[in-house]
Amino acid sequence: MSNELDYLSRRVAAGKLSRRDFLGRAAALGVTATFANSLLSSAVRAAGPVKGGTLKAGLQGGESTNSLDPATFLSQVPFAFGKCWGETLVELAPGGGVEYLIAEEIGSSKDAKTWTMKIRKGVQFHNGKEVTPDDVVATLKRHSDEKSKSGALGVLKSIDTIKADGSNVVVTLKDPNADLPYLMADYHLIIQPNGGNDKPDAGIGTGPYKVTVNQPGVKHGGERFANYWQADKYGHADQVEIVVVNDPTARMAALQGGQVNMINRVEPKIVDLVKRLPGVKIRAASGRGFYPFNMFCDTAPFDNNDLRMSLKLAMDREEMLTKILRGYGEVGNDMPVNKAYPLFAGDFEQRKFDPEKAAALYKKSGHSGSILLRTSDVAFPGAVDAAQLYQQSCAKAGIKIEIKREPGDGYWTEVWNKQPFSLSYWGGRPTQDQMYSTAYLSTADWNDTRFKRPDFDKMVLAARGELDEAKRKKIYRDMGEIMRDEGGLIVPFFNQFVDATGKGVEGWVDNPAQELSNGHALIECWLQA
Amino acid sequence: MSSPILRLVAQRILLGLVLLFAVSVLIFAGTQILPGDVAQAILGQSATPEALANLREQLGLNDPAWLRYVHWLWGILHGDFGTAQSSGLDIASSISTRLKNTLFLAACAAIVAVPLAVILGLIAVRYRDGFVDKLISGLALASTSFPEFFIGYVLIFVFAVHWQIFPSISTVDDSTPFLERLQAVVLPATALTLVVLAHMMRMTRAAILNVMQSAYIETAELKGLKPFDIIRKHAFPNAIAPVVNVVMLNLAYLIVGVVVVEVIFVYPGMGQYLVDHVAKRDVPVVQAVGLIFAAVYITLNIVADIAAIVANPRLRHPK
Repeated sequence: MSNELDYLSRRVAAGKLSRRDFLGRAAALGVTATFANSLLSSAVRAAGPVKGGTLKAGLQGGESTNSLDPATFLSQVPFAFGKCWGETLVELAPGGGVEYLIAEEIGSSKDAKTWTMKIRKGVQFHNGKEVTPDDVVATLKRHSDEKSKSGALGVLKSIDTIKADGSNVVVTLKDPNADLPYLMADYHLIIQPNGGNDKPDAGIGTGPYKVTVNQPGVKHGGERFANYWQADKYGHADQVEIVVVNDPTARMAALQGGQVNMINRVEPKIVDLVKRLPGVKIRAASGRGFYPFNMFCDTAPFDNNDLRMSLKLAMDREEMLTKILRGYGEVGNDMPVNKAYPLFAGDFEQRKFDPEKAAALYKKSGHSGSILLRTSDVAFPGAVDAAQLYQQSCAKAGIKIEIKREPGDGYWTEVWNKQPFSLSYWGGRPTQDQMYSTAYLSTADWNDTRFKRPDFDKMVLAARGELDEAKRKKIYRDMGEIMRDEGGLIVPFFNQFVDATGKGVEGWVDNPAQELSNGHALIECWLQA
Repeated sequence: MSSPILRLVAQRILLGLVLLFAVSVLIFAGTQILPGDVAQAILGQSATPEALANLREQLGLNDPAWLRYVHWLWGILHGDFGTAQSSGLDIASSISTRLKNTLFLAACAAIVAVPLAVILGLIAVRYRDGFVDKLISGLALASTSFPEFFIGYVLIFVFAVHWQIFPSISTVDDSTPFLERLQAVVLPATALTLVVLAHMMRMTRAAILNVMQSAYIETAELKGLKPFDIIRKHAFPNAIAPVVNVVMLNLAYLIVGVVVVEVIFVYPGMGQYLVDHVAKRDVPVVQAVGLIFAAVYITLNIVADIAAIVANPRLRHPK
């Protein structure tokens, strides 16, 4: 029987049998529809990508203020379009680790201070020029220049020198850092001819698609680049197109009406309805983004760990997850990292809602009166509701929370990182080191919980320079524990990226790094007839 | 045409120019007292202190306000709106495409909405207080009372998702052929028509009804004219002034107030452009768009005033 099914599924994949006929025959052979469907999709994948057609995405997160200069990338549309026309040295592989693109291999000296990156030969820019180590050096220098406005500047601050050496690029660091390959995967660091110094927004890279349409905030388009170096892996559709659709309902309608093949940011509250639509598939991938409640550890009353702990225990994470994210996420554990990170220890004890213990600790802290929590719609989708839910669960522990709803305008300048107790979001970082360095070092500009502990800083630096993975993992485990029990952040949940694809879109790979399969959806998916 | 009417018209136009100048001062002052910092807003949550300092210097945010106003006004008088701070693109050329789109959509909606509203108004007067009048008024008021986004969603659901005869995404650009462009704006133009219809229709009806009380209408009735001829020949010409006023107000709305419809139908017009740049505190763009919108309002109001003057027989035929 299975031989026959195999044969039939291959015939569907080859386009010689219709999907409906196949499901009918499978049913006749006594196979459930679910199993038959999964058999079919694996056969489609095995048959390999189908070339041709135009793949269209309707995405949120594009503004008429966008530019093609990778240094300015901030929102989702430039990010996703950047993956179409440009490539970085390496990429974050779906299963953790790195995928080598323009760099063929990356090695380090024993002290993790000098890194040598071998540049792949025969990779061509859209203007016909071949990528040289000099282009790579110029790109890295442009982004690490103090005068640059690059979003990758913070990531590259630790670089001391960048030099070309034959077919290699050698980077030396001020301090040891075992994570350098991950830093090179930053989406701003698209390799451009002469580093983009001549015309930063020319849109010329080494990606599978050449830029043909660039109307910021409206539409972007590309056509397949004939000399792309790994055409078997990426760039299956003849053309790709991104239409900026910022309204969620309009996005859904465009997918349903067949005007686009994929969309991002499906609202959790409509996911269950969307699932029932014929041909539409929900692509949910757990990621590294989370929505914290930030307390300033150096400001009264939050300078008291008993109070902080009571506020953590008064959080009903399960309820939050079901009501705010409709289950499209994972409960948090009051630390800024989760299992989507490399070197994450999986054996932490999960913090649970415990009103009695919270009440006892609250009493012990000696604080009385209400606590002011600031929130806003822009903190994250559902942030105002989340604050209200938290207010109720705190009431069960006898803690009075007063909510102040702040205007969205200026929330990131006036409230976040300025007020002692507020809601925020973090998109996550590729490595634990980057996450901790960005927001939990005493000296970090974005230390939005004012967590200042010299012993913790030392652990961050020790882990960063440690090339022995087992030892690093142990240090990260200890750091996670300190964060959870003494830190200033309450993490109700980590969110998932919820995207959706329409009829005939195949080849999707879940990737925890970013939404839309880390922005690769348009270049790795294809249209099955 | 003799002097009083010309003088009145010239007066109006001059007044409009003075008003426009005053508005330019207001817009400039208003954008100066906006909270927040341009550099911070451009870089967003991921701003680093180094990048912030560099950007502030580059944008010249340290000059005094009056100096920036003079520079700005001088540039505009030469057709130079400057460059957008956030994307570095030339504002005049980005606006021209978007303004064209906005005007096209507004024109399509107006071509349908204005005659329809006036005709419906005339019909409502002819059958006043009867079933037809109540039906017209009821439907028009209902369509106005629904929020624009709701009308938009209903149109999308019926015509784009269910029947799939019109696209839900109305993205157009310079290379879109005219017919495709028309097809693209069918749904947004319909939504806009439904939104502005009632206001114009009710005003037409009220203005004509007002005239219908006059003695000369009674005379017309008594000499045996048909009801429609009375309305068309005697009542409507005398009711034109208030109708033109309200039509112009609605045209202005169609040009400056359609951001919700633009977002829902993904139409690249001025509204979305303005909102994006307000969010980024891109002051030069906000000022430029603000000034253009003000100019649209003032121009349309001048047109309404002039129409009212010209329609007034006492001014047209002075003794």
